[in-house]
Amino acid sequence: MTFPADQAGAGPDYSGPAPAAVPSSGAMADTADTADTADTADTKWILETRGITKRFGAVEALSNVNFHVAAGQVTALLGDNGAGKSTLIKCLAGIWEPEEGQTLWDGNPVRIRGPKVATGLGIETVYQDLALCDNLDIVQNMFLGRELTSSRLLDEDSMEKQARRTLAELSVTTVRSIRQAVGSLSGGQRQAVAVAKAVMQNARMVIMDEPTAALGVAQTAMVLDLIRTLRSRGIAVVVISHNLNDVFQVADRIAVLYLGRLAVEAPVSAFDQQSAVYAITTGRFDATAVGA
Amino acid sequence: MTRFSETSTDNGAAPTPDPEVVTSLLDPATTAESIGDYVRAWGVRIRNGESGMLPVVLGLVVIVVIFQSQKSVFLSAGNLTNLFIQSATFILLGMAEVFVLLLGEIDLSIGYVGGVAGVVTVATAAPPGNHPWWVAIIAGLVVSTLIGILQGLVVTRLRVPSFVVTLAGLLGWEGMLIFLADREGGTNGGGTIRLSNSILLDLVNGNLSVAAGWVLLVVGVAGFAAFLLLRDRHRRAHSLVVPPFGLTIARIVAVAIAGFAVVAICNANRGRIVSHPVQGVPWVVLIVLGTFIAWTSLLGRTRFGRYVYAIGGNAEAARRAGINLGRIRTAAFALTGLTAGLAGVILTSQLGSISSNVDGGELVLYAVAAAVIGGTSLFGGRGKMLYAVVGGLVIATIANGMGLIGLSASAQYMVTALVLLAAASVDALARRNSTRNS
Repeated sequence: MTFPADQAGAGPDYSGPAPAAVPSSGAMADTADTADTADTADTKWILETRGITKRFGAVEALSNVNFHVAAGQVTALLGDNGAGKSTLIKCLAGIWEPEEGQTLWDGNPVRIRGPKVATGLGIETVYQDLALCDNLDIVQNMFLGRELTSSRLLDEDSMEKQARRTLAELSVTTVRSIRQAVGSLSGGQRQAVAVAKAVMQNARMVIMDEPTAALGVAQTAMVLDLIRTLRSRGIAVVVISHNLNDVFQVADRIAVLYLGRLAVEAPVSAFDQQSAVYAITTGRFDATAVGA
Repeated sequence: MTRFSETSTDNGAAPTPDPEVVTSLLDPATTAESIGDYVRAWGVRIRNGESGMLPVVLGLVVIVVIFQSQKSVFLSAGNLTNLFIQSATFILLGMAEVFVLLLGEIDLSIGYVGGVAGVVTVATAAPPGNHPWWVAIIAGLVVSTLIGILQGLVVTRLRVPSFVVTLAGLLGWEGMLIFLADREGGTNGGGTIRLSNSILLDLVNGNLSVAAGWVLLVVGVAGFAAFLLLRDRHRRAHSLVVPPFGLTIARIVAVAIAGFAVVAICNANRGRIVSHPVQGVPWVVLIVLGTFIAWTSLLGRTRFGRYVYAIGGNAEAARRAGINLGRIRTAAFALTGLTAGLAGVILTSQLGSISSNVDGGELVLYAVAAAVIGGTSLFGGRGKMLYAVVGGLVIATIANGMGLIGLSASAQYMVTALVLLAAASVDALARRNSTRNS
């Protein structure tokens, strides 16, 4: 069975680049290493890191990173392998705790000491491997570890209703039955289930690690639509991706990490593909340096 | 039948990736709109090796036909009732194994763990203690459960593979069984302890009255039908996913027919002496049925059961979902021990005694075979208690029929081996076809 056909594509239509925070000259006094062209004073950040540093032994995986995420916006996190992207999201997801610096959530300093703290704040992470059980169905996966019960028995009816509602809200209308095993789903549908699982927990910020890697064209389009739907619901989305095409399709802001430092953080309108590649590979950002 | 219409802005008709692979994992009960759809979906699954219990049931029919053609007494009421009794130990041990197999673990010790539970039960009921039957059973089950917990803790805390831990258990608990049997059996017992408690003997050898059998059948089938029909109506009313109505009816009819057959067979007089009719459903059938219902509910309707499947399917996903893997695994080993203990008590009641000669090594292999023949995967995440019931019946049928025909033990082992191999191949085939490279 399918969801009502009229739900398909019901999400808002974002054809062009979404409006982004306007760059202005009033950038905050920044640390010397970071070129921040965004106006951090005007936008209300849901999450903000101030100078966080994470070391593994002698290696500084992150040094003095000031990273900003706004609600209802898609923030793309770019960087070459080893640039510190994974380290940064793991610090936000509570897997690791930075040694120095401060993390602000809704403007208040927080210490994300563990994954439970992160999910308690409303930070959900969808890892690249999605962490789904192929032998369980969609409802069972979405509620894994958070099952609803009535008199100690699983309340399948309530779980199925709630799962159906969440999937419909995300305009995920393509699965044949929400009682089919996740192993029978396509890559894009699996991503959708993983995201729906995150959103159902009242997520306010969803971090997605390489959501379109290993997906075909149509499936990638489906996942990008899903990201837009999240944004339209006022959720802050952080996307790690190597695919600049995808990034430029959905991102409102782009942050580039280079060797553990935040090379640049700016609205997507400040970049073109070449300057983004230049920033990723050299750690320097100058919109006029290339492609001019 | 287009399954995919990816929500995409360009409205492009999306390709359907690997239709065969995808369909093979679909449970027709959740996707079919009608009974006709269901049968078609099932056809696809069977072609993909995801055939469920169909080959096993067909195999069972073939085996029965062969035995009946060789020995007409095979399908007599007396022999069939005997077969039900013989299958009880295999079924219970098979169900014990399902708990750990679902986790992708294995327990090789359950044969001797059951034996130890049997000795404890007999010794508790025997002089000088002369404890009542229920105290004796509880004592046996507590011991086997504790053994399960102990082995589970070694597996989860010390991270020793369960194969090794329970292989040690296979040896160690045999030693314990011999030690206890020799001590309790006394010097002239020869390692055998007789069971003298009449209620414990009646667990297997006693029968329900004929009337009670019929009443239970009616109540049981009516209860099952009411449960399925009410659930069907409720879920339809809330537009939740429901199996086709025809399938629900078919399930009820199948259970009614199977139940009627069992009760009718057991209620026929199987006594040899005219003045002493022997009839009625053996108690052990009820014990197996009760255990089956309890464990099926536990696996299907509680968080614990859900977590067992989740860990077997993707342990890392389960860990990230906040599930305490160690606790669930240890609990599964405990339940394996508990169920193995029950099997030991039943075996003791069936034999009327317990001795150091119990071949726990063979029992455990039959137990794994029973679970796997029915369709439980050795790789975890796939299986049901029902599979152990069917698998246990197959193994008991082979043993029973071969014994009737008078085939040697050598042939018996080889045929069982072939059946096991065939069943395991079906499982491997199913896995190969359902493996996704995503």
